[in-house]
Amino acid sequence: MKSWLTTTDHKRIGLLYFFTAFAFFLIGGIEALVIRAQLAQPNGHLVTAETYNQLFTMHGTTMVFLALMPLSASFFNYIVPLQIGARDVAFPRLNAFSYWVFLLGGLFLNASWFVGPLFHAGVLNVAPDGGWFGYANLTERQFSPGPNIDFWLLGLQILGISSLAAGFNFIVTILNLRAPGMRMMRVPAFTWMTLVTQFLVITAFPVITVALAFLMFDRFFGTHFYVSQAGATPILWQHLFWLFGHPEVYILILPAMGIVSEVLPTFARKPLFGYTVVVYSGILIGFMGWGVWSHHMFSVGLGPIADSVFSATTMLIAVPTGVKIFNWIATLWGGDIRGTTALHFAVGFIAMFIIGGLSGVTHASPPADLQQTDTYYVVAHIHYVLFGGTIMGLFAGIYYWWPKMTGRLLSEALGKWHFWLQFVGMNLAFFPMHLIGLLGMPRRIYTYSPELGVSDLNLLSTIGAFLIALSILVFVVNIVRTRRRGQRAGNDPWGGATLEWSISSPPPVYNFSVIPTVANRLPRWKTEHHEPMRDPPGTPPAPIHVPGGSWWPMLAALGLPILALAPLTHTLWIAFVGVAVLLAGIYLWAFEPFDV
Amino acid sequence: MTTHGTHTSLGLDSRKMAFWAFIGSECLLFTSLISTYLVYKGRSVVGPYPHEILNIPFTSVSTFDLLMSSLMMVLALAAVQRGDMKWGKIWLFCTALLGLVFLGGQVIEFTEFVHKGLTLQTNLFGCTFFVLTGTHGAHVTVGVLWLLTLWVRALQGKLTSANAMTVEITGLYWHFVDVVWIVIFTVVYLIQ
Amino acid sequence: MRKRFWVLTAALAGSGCGGPFPQSALHPHSDFARASDVLFTDIFWWAAAVFVVVEALLVVALIRFRHREGRPAPTPTHGHTLMEIAWTLAPAVILVFVAVPTVRTIFATAGGAPADAVKVQVIGHQWWWEFKYPDLALTTANEMHVPVGKPVRVAITSADVIHSFWVPPLGGKRDAIPGQTNYIAFQADSEGDYSGQCAEFCGASHANMRLRVVVESDSEFGRWATVQLAGPAAPTPRTAAERGKAVFARSACIGCHTIQGVSPGVIGPNLTHVGGRTTIASGLFPNDSAHLARWIADAPSLKPGALMTRMQPPLTDADIAALVAYLQSLK
Repeated sequence: MKSWLTTTDHKRIGLLYFFTAFAFFLIGGIEALVIRAQLAQPNGHLVTAETYNQLFTMHGTTMVFLALMPLSASFFNYIVPLQIGARDVAFPRLNAFSYWVFLLGGLFLNASWFVGPLFHAGVLNVAPDGGWFGYANLTERQFSPGPNIDFWLLGLQILGISSLAAGFNFIVTILNLRAPGMRMMRVPAFTWMTLVTQFLVITAFPVITVALAFLMFDRFFGTHFYVSQAGATPILWQHLFWLFGHPEVYILILPAMGIVSEVLPTFARKPLFGYTVVVYSGILIGFMGWGVWSHHMFSVGLGPIADSVFSATTMLIAVPTGVKIFNWIATLWGGDIRGTTALHFAVGFIAMFIIGGLSGVTHASPPADLQQTDTYYVVAHIHYVLFGGTIMGLFAGIYYWWPKMTGRLLSEALGKWHFWLQFVGMNLAFFPMHLIGLLGMPRRIYTYSPELGVSDLNLLSTIGAFLIALSILVFVVNIVRTRRRGQRAGNDPWGGATLEWSISSPPPVYNFSVIPTVANRLPRWKTEHHEPMRDPPGTPPAPIHVPGGSWWPMLAALGLPILALAPLTHTLWIAFVGVAVLLAGIYLWAFEPFDV
Repeated sequence: MTTHGTHTSLGLDSRKMAFWAFIGSECLLFTSLISTYLVYKGRSVVGPYPHEILNIPFTSVSTFDLLMSSLMMVLALAAVQRGDMKWGKIWLFCTALLGLVFLGGQVIEFTEFVHKGLTLQTNLFGCTFFVLTGTHGAHVTVGVLWLLTLWVRALQGKLTSANAMTVEITGLYWHFVDVVWIVIFTVVYLIQ
Repeated sequence: MRKRFWVLTAALAGSGCGGPFPQSALHPHSDFARASDVLFTDIFWWAAAVFVVVEALLVVALIRFRHREGRPAPTPTHGHTLMEIAWTLAPAVILVFVAVPTVRTIFATAGGAPADAVKVQVIGHQWWWEFKYPDLALTTANEMHVPVGKPVRVAITSADVIHSFWVPPLGGKRDAIPGQTNYIAFQADSEGDYSGQCAEFCGASHANMRLRVVVESDSEFGRWATVQLAGPAAPTPRTAAERGKAVFARSACIGCHTIQGVSPGVIGPNLTHVGGRTTIASGLFPNDSAHLARWIADAPSLKPGALMTRMQPPLTDADIAALVAYLQSLK
């Protein structure tokens, strides 16, 4: 127990990330099921308007910040050091700090469901209710007087610190801890996409930090950053939020693209087609992701020139994305494709992401988008991208790397059930939403009129959502069953090309008994140019120093939610306690003897 | 903290690289704050307005003080790098002291503004001015704490030329905070 | 996948005829809505073609190159420069075909209208719509009337938070933003009752912020405007309506609602001609005595968060019945 609480081992932190994020994924999923149950029929009354608004706000916030990002982070943590032949990340204790801040931030946000009585309100009353996008001026104190929005903005500030810390850590790890001979153009595609993602994190998160700080000052200290009566405009929030928000979309999708770029070559037994192009298009997407934010704001009235410019940049970003898809298909072409569960999910990713990408082009065109934005059409689009895309990609990664992480193979039979239920379920749940939106149903509404003529489509969508839930249940059964009865994986169950498959599963605490020297992009494969490398020996030739654990990252992390309690409860002394805990953690951490 | 003397792919100290990434991130933070200041410039519906209240001679002195502290920081690093801990201690202390003087100036400035009727809540100028310069002041405060920590470690004899990288990184931070101030001073005070 | 493709196609093919979808963007009834629809259909077919080609390639690859015993190891190809150039250029060219009509339509639908256009000012409130006709000096709520075949220019703003004015059959949405005015222009091409709804999340009753647009002939529109401009109908003496007027005048109603010549409140909808509307509570319920009575007695139970709170002390059933009679008399 203690060894897990104080761990600085990237593999253990990766597992902690996985199980924590998966728990939040289940919570976000339950929220989605309640939403779908409410909308199964017109004039639904399963939950009240106020509860519904909290549900969709928390569903979005949870899935983006507490499920998808940290699920990707679990692979950054576990796999990236293995892929580059490192013994750990550059800053192991900072890594532990990121995890604890994430966990505490997630608990802080979700505590809002239960602590209503402390704020003279009922349970299920003070959870955030302004949408995951938290548009000002609705989120100002005048229109949202309760602690709901306070939980949201303080929780997001805490989570931002976690992401930023991890961002610095992984940038340095990837740039600086590569095994000898692993030049940048030999770095595996997943690690490359991780690097691009982390650059987006460290540049995008400061922007939302500022947006949230303004909102915090408006709510707690009476400033007027988003108050139109004072000469300001609530649209400032939208610019800042989407300046962060669109790179954030790529933060969510690029890691999954990286996973797919690993899974396809392994199971087609063929190198990634156009590796260089895939890498450069990933970098290009990262850059272009900064120039498209206003396509979330076509209905704001920015004027025809701004609309045209952002429409053009948005269409342009479809090009590198399309290039990736063609390269993936070309990777499969001419291969010897083994239909494992991981491959199913990777192909599912491509098939679904194409739909999400194409519907994306339809709202890159402002006049068309004005009929689509803020309707279920966009809900369909984001779920094809983030569920059909990111989640499918992440499950491809889970089935692919689970044997590496646990030493046991997940059941392929259950895996196929999981895939097909999820594939059918998601199309049933999300495809009708295109039509629901075009037929006039806005998003974020807790009830709708039978006159709209979308009742049957909504029922279909709800059935799909419950099928997805069933598929996740099959996955949980698969994990539990594998723990005891799973087939042993050995070092390399799939015949992978990258370094993580050269060591035992799960790897020893020091990863590589001898740091490998890398001579090419596919070190473990025989190609026309080279023979496979020799795997490192099972036992190290000399004792390897392994850093111990540390309590101090967790202590420092604990200071942040305490600090956040001060504005929430309007109690000044709590702020001093929070700062004291944070500083104590940092000082003890800085002066602790700790050598890697 | 970590990876002393170990192999790194780019031959650059990992902590230093992480710090450059951090500074890149901080640039976006200050860019957002400064952009907001500029976007809201001239949109306050009530006074006091910037030209009625900003005291350029006073702030010029503060700016000069902060510039000088950067010079002290350079001297401190040079001293530590050549193993001259006596002067290392002196220059570190001077850097922190000039940082404190800058913060004192900011306290005086803020107090004066409040007396003249400009608070955080008065108008958009008040909101954007105090949050921007306040965020910078918070960065200076962290820097002063950091410098004083190094100074105390040096007094205890625990900071030696072996820790020159620690001092170098502190210097990076300090110079960054200084450069940000030059931008703020130009944008807020000089270009009205 | 094919199936899904045909579902959408069928829905689109049906977009020419009317039908049971009063809030559909696929059934346009104005120049603005038609422009969006034409553009969308255009992009949809491009997207459908790309979809079929790419998914077909994927499926063919999966079937043709699935694992078979004895298949020789695949050739380790790493890439192909010409192919990369080809599949970079192909989408770029298609996007040009999408971008050109897009920009053209953006400027064509930018909200400009001739000087003689019917001008309507829309003000979003939590959670109802106020409509002012500055040229006619009249104010109404939740039901907007416009003449068919005449250009209409809508100026959109908000009194509180951000809303979005959206009547899909008549055109795309525009946000109602406090401190800012946005414009859309359209010319309806067929008479009818079209429904719309707030499209920007605006708090507890965002789902209940609906509206109707009545597109009618020029002469009907003129008649409607004349009625709206006249003062409220005086209730017949010694009827329930007359008692209702007295109840209205001595209750909290007057603080928020305007009835011309009776009360000056501006927080809630103008009720001068409320009896002539087809719905109440921002398009939520039919304007009949049962719903009106329930609404007056306890609005928040019908519309969460409604600012029209339960009256303290509560009105008696008789008072409510009288009020209902009065409001319904205000045709």
